[in-house]
Amino acid sequence: MTDTTTESTTRTRKDFQTDQEVRWCPGCGDYTILASVQNFLVDTGADPAKTVFVSGIGCSSRFPYYMNTYGMHSIHGRAPAIATGLASARPDLDVWVVTGDGDALSIGGNHFIHALRRNVNLKILLFNNQIYGLTKGQYSPTSEPGKVTKSTPFGSIDQPFNPISLALGAEATFVARTLDMDRPHTAEILRAAGAHRGAVLVEIWQNCNVFNDKAFELVTGKASRDENQIRLEHGAPIRFGPESEHGVVFTSRGRAEIVEVSEVGEEAIAVHDAHRDDPSLAFTLSRLSNGPYGPTPIGVFRQVERPTYDEQMAQQLAAAQKRSGPGDLATLYRTGGTWAVSA
Amino acid sequence: MNPSRERLRSTVPDDSTAVADPRSDRPAHKVEHVVVRFAGDSGDGMQLTGDRFTLASAIFGNDLVTFPSFPAEIRAPAGTLAGVSSFQVHFSDSDIHTPGDKPNVLVAMNPAALSANVGDLPPGGTVIVNIDAFDERNLQKAGYETNPLEDGSLDAYVVYPVPMTTITVEVAKETGAKPREAERSKNFFALGLVSWMYSRPLEPTIRWNEEKFGRNRTVADSNRAALEAGWNFGETTEVIADRYEVSPAPLAAGEYRSINGNTATAYGIITAGQLANLPVFLASYPITPASDILHELARHKNFGVRTMQAEDEIAAVGAALGAAFGGHLGVTTTSGPGLDLKSETLGLAVQLEIPMLIVDVQRGGPSTGLPTKTEQADLLAAMFGRHGESPIPILAARTPGDCFYAAVEAARIAIGHMTPVILLTDGYLANGSEPWLIPDPESLDAFPAEFVTEPNGADGQYLPYLRDGRYVRPWALPGTPGLEHRIGGIEHEDGTGNVSYDPANHAHMVEVRAAKVARIADDIPDAAVEGDQDADILVIGWGSTYGSIRAGVEQAAQAGARAAHVHLRHLNPFPKNLGALLGRYDRVLAPEMNRGQLAMLLRSRFLEDVQTLSKMEGSPFLAEEIAAKIQEIAEARS
Ligand code: SF4
Repeated sequence: MTDTTTESTTRTRKDFQTDQEVRWCPGCGDYTILASVQNFLVDTGADPAKTVFVSGIGCSSRFPYYMNTYGMHSIHGRAPAIATGLASARPDLDVWVVTGDGDALSIGGNHFIHALRRNVNLKILLFNNQIYGLTKGQYSPTSEPGKVTKSTPFGSIDQPFNPISLALGAEATFVARTLDMDRPHTAEILRAAGAHRGAVLVEIWQNCNVFNDKAFELVTGKASRDENQIRLEHGAPIRFGPESEHGVVFTSRGRAEIVEVSEVGEEAIAVHDAHRDDPSLAFTLSRLSNGPYGPTPIGVFRQVERPTYDEQMAQQLAAAQKRSGPGDLATLYRTGGTWAVSA
Repeated sequence: MNPSRERLRSTVPDDSTAVADPRSDRPAHKVEHVVVRFAGDSGDGMQLTGDRFTLASAIFGNDLVTFPSFPAEIRAPAGTLAGVSSFQVHFSDSDIHTPGDKPNVLVAMNPAALSANVGDLPPGGTVIVNIDAFDERNLQKAGYETNPLEDGSLDAYVVYPVPMTTITVEVAKETGAKPREAERSKNFFALGLVSWMYSRPLEPTIRWNEEKFGRNRTVADSNRAALEAGWNFGETTEVIADRYEVSPAPLAAGEYRSINGNTATAYGIITAGQLANLPVFLASYPITPASDILHELARHKNFGVRTMQAEDEIAAVGAALGAAFGGHLGVTTTSGPGLDLKSETLGLAVQLEIPMLIVDVQRGGPSTGLPTKTEQADLLAAMFGRHGESPIPILAARTPGDCFYAAVEAARIAIGHMTPVILLTDGYLANGSEPWLIPDPESLDAFPAEFVTEPNGADGQYLPYLRDGRYVRPWALPGTPGLEHRIGGIEHEDGTGNVSYDPANHAHMVEVRAAKVARIADDIPDAAVEGDQDADILVIGWGSTYGSIRAGVEQAAQAGARAAHVHLRHLNPFPKNLGALLGRYDRVLAPEMNRGQLAMLLRSRFLEDVQTLSKMEGSPFLAEEIAAKIQEIAEARS
């Protein structure tokens, strides 16, 4: 986590803002997320000098320009790879990756899964709006089947990715989902993510009001959210609904199913265990919904401890130095035998 | 200039009488230089045999150059032409530059190896074959309809059929090895025999065998028995008529080792990290023939070297760039197709102005091309292989040992000028080896990286693109309080680095990035002319053709055709004196293992009529090919 300096207590959101004009469309969910992240950094006493935001390409990837920390706006899909180099070289930094569904899951899919499986000490914030915004509205790898866009006038025939399932499949050590408009929940998830050492994936459902407005309405909208938000809390029974009348059970066949608490009894309801080493139950939960089309879990699916990539790299360096002493060039050059030529 | 190539003039008395070897009763004829080629099946251990023979020759004090050649397949079908692997070594009593145009001796472990290589031998050349491998099946697999040992087709050569397998199995019996195991030592028999022929010491190989196989007694004992049997076969049977001796070469005094290009590159990278006072971070993806640089660096973690095998070529260059942003010496190594994949990230590095090093070990292309064969056809890709105006400094190494100095120089330029730098080596340099005069680390000039720690603008502002007189921007590391800043791939305003789509600013930035790279010319040495300074013909080259061109120029001179030779280390920018230098010569010839890429750059830049000599056969130029071209030009002029 960040160093807590004496100054930090006096920082305000303004300290994390830049003089650059924020250029997202009015009403875009990105504004809310930006505010949430800045507030989170203020609240946790983050040191701007030790904080780095690395992004790829897309609407969300403009994020670093608006953060008065270190930052790099890189190239499409490659932010996790670049951040892997930075985080492995500099374990003293808090490295955040800001990416979108196209950036992380389409062009950058390979780097995304490899950063997670290596448990590189970096935190990926994936702004999922289920659409390509910056290129003006093509379907994305998280768009629903049948999605009609400019590039799919007859509907998308792609099976979408579920980013949570994907991250769990890559055995990420921290996997969570939150919603742009739910600022208290976002704050809670960011706090948990910030405290985690290792690779973090936070999927943030983000409304693109220009090209995919209200995509998440069923789960985020006032009228329907109580029926459709399954708020995961470690150690608590998984219940939801206006009166907590619904619940989730794990069937003997290994599926998660939604049930009525009154029918199965309270004891039958699954208790969420985010710290379980085996990711399969978390994966099962992630399969409850494949998008904002019905009751969907949000919160921390998985949080486990595993040695990080940078720690292990540093350990190998330290062990080598202990074994052979600090490197000596004159000795190195002579590896494998030499001979002398006299004058 | 690579000090390892500077030689003292000979002061060794040339005793041309036959030499007595205390270990041998048979006299040896003195010869100046010899080219031996070991050829066999990929599984026959020819690379190992060549390596051992090379090291013994090096320790003996000869100058030498090697040329290993092997198939792209790890286990090509045994006994076939596709599976033939060879190792050529040229050793000499004087300064040499090439692995030799034509082998004096070919050791062929099977019919396929004979068939694939015998055509390279001059008439009168010596062929030693393992007669045991010349059975019906092997002959057929090699495409022979009749046995070449019997049909007279080898009459132009001196052929020695030796039952290598039979003798090896026989002598290995005593070690307890089963015949199938014992057979595998037959390359040691060949090594012993050739060592006898050329009076090479066996001790270094015996020592090495102990170190390498000591834990497996049967193998170590069989190898040694076979090695000695090979020597004794030569000494006692009188099957082979003559022994030869090549005296030590008058190399510059000092301590030497044998080094190949990939190892030298790896050592150069480690050294550059120390000279720059930066930890090294290498991220690479396995690719032939560059992987050995990753392997070598992964072993030296006690130097604080971090290595990462990335998920792909793009991630490799990305991770190196990320580490460079964090203040490490970011390096990525690759070959042909990998360079293509890295281009977008290289464009980002140009735009960000981040120092990093990209090593491209060139191989035959395009696409997968010839993965294990050499070529130098990536120059224009390095120069122009990115969209937009995207200048990157380019350097090339000329010999295996020179890869060390080229890597150090590339890193010096990267850090000193805040730019990615591409270093071009190739498959021939990567795997070829030569004696290397071990440098004194203290004698190498340091180039410590400088980081800003204080704001450089008004009101305590930090301006990441505020340039110095050389257009070089400052380097502020994440973690430095007060210098928080953002950099990115979008065009940005000079000075502040803020996103800017202003047309005038973009025009300015394109020019300033070009000028920054062009200014590097102030920081590099002039091109130096070797050979006959006052000749009318200039031969200009770059990279691994150095040895062939130098030897070709010497050969042409002996035939009366005078030529000067310039070999470029710096390909972008060119040395400042290059234009004037080219203007001094009537004819300029550029031999390249491509279709004329340097020639194209020279023509467009200096409007000089540069003639191309191309070779694209996956192997280096022969000296005689270059000499012939020089003579042709000389004759056309007279
Ligand atoms: S296009 Fe959509 S995602 Fe992009 S800035 Fe506009 S509203 Fe936001």
